[in-house]
Amino acid sequence: MADLTTLQGLRRSPLHDMAAELRGGPVPGERAVRLLEWPYLTMVSLRVEPGSDTARRIEGVLGTGLPERCGDVTGEGAHSVLWLGPDEWLVVSQTAPESLVASLRSATVDGRAQVVDISANRTVIEVSGRAARAVLDKGCPADLHPRAFADNTAITTSLARVPVLLWKIDAHTFRVMPRASLAQYVAAWLLDAALEFASPLPAGQAPAAEGA
Amino acid sequence: MLQIECPWCGLRDETEYHYGGQAHVAYPEDPSALSDEEWAEYLFFRDNPKGPFAERWVHSGGCRKWFNAVRDTRTYEFLAVYTSNDPRPDISSLASADTAGATA
Repeated sequence: MADLTTLQGLRRSPLHDMAAELRGGPVPGERAVRLLEWPYLTMVSLRVEPGSDTARRIEGVLGTGLPERCGDVTGEGAHSVLWLGPDEWLVVSQTAPESLVASLRSATVDGRAQVVDISANRTVIEVSGRAARAVLDKGCPADLHPRAFADNTAITTSLARVPVLLWKIDAHTFRVMPRASLAQYVAAWLLDAALEFASPLPAGQAPAAEGA
Repeated sequence: MLQIECPWCGLRDETEYHYGGQAHVAYPEDPSALSDEEWAEYLFFRDNPKGPFAERWVHSGGCRKWFNAVRDTRTYEFLAVYTSNDPRPDISSLASADTAGATA
């Protein structure tokens, strides 16, 4: 039987077959758009009663509080915790899934909670550049204006009619997290949606000001 | 686009939600004791008022939680949104407030 290292060498990310297109697809210029896949990030689904003893032990393991409101993201460094629902969170982490799940489960042994490794559920497509928000606005029903969608905010919404998690890092950087089986569709849609921003603006027209 | 207020996520487009029918229809305490007619009444018969109506909605495109809403079936206006832990709003006072608002 193949060991884990062999298997990890064989695995392919959801956008493996589109790597060349993503590399060749970026739109340069004043309204630049870049696409980048972050494959194999550790993601753990976490369900627990907020404010309970178990929740506090979990917060101790993660080294950060669980976000309390829709959109909130907590955590610096290795783990980020995204709000998915009033009793449901997604931990996105750079540590190995086995060790993270084991340490979270050890915090929940005598409490009621659910900790599941769902790293293979989604992939992460980073959309960055001056026109990143304009590209997403073409297919996302949520209000992405900075007054409604602040930096380091993540919401569950849809993009091109497909359910995604949308995580805003800063004004020009967004992480789109579609299910793995829909990742190629979302990436193809993003490549197509970004195409129009390659054309130069008409003479005398400045790029849209930040926040407009 | 109609926007609906989710108790947890705030205002979102109607396309993120699904409808769950009349709210506060309690499961019978002893289903096996019901006659066929009473069981059919529980399963299939629902109110159909013209005016405020307490309904269940689910935010399937967001936090995936169920909640209750009072919606005016004439205008599609949402008069109240509340979770199953919140006290039930008084539908008749919502109705009169709505009428007052309409005439003001």
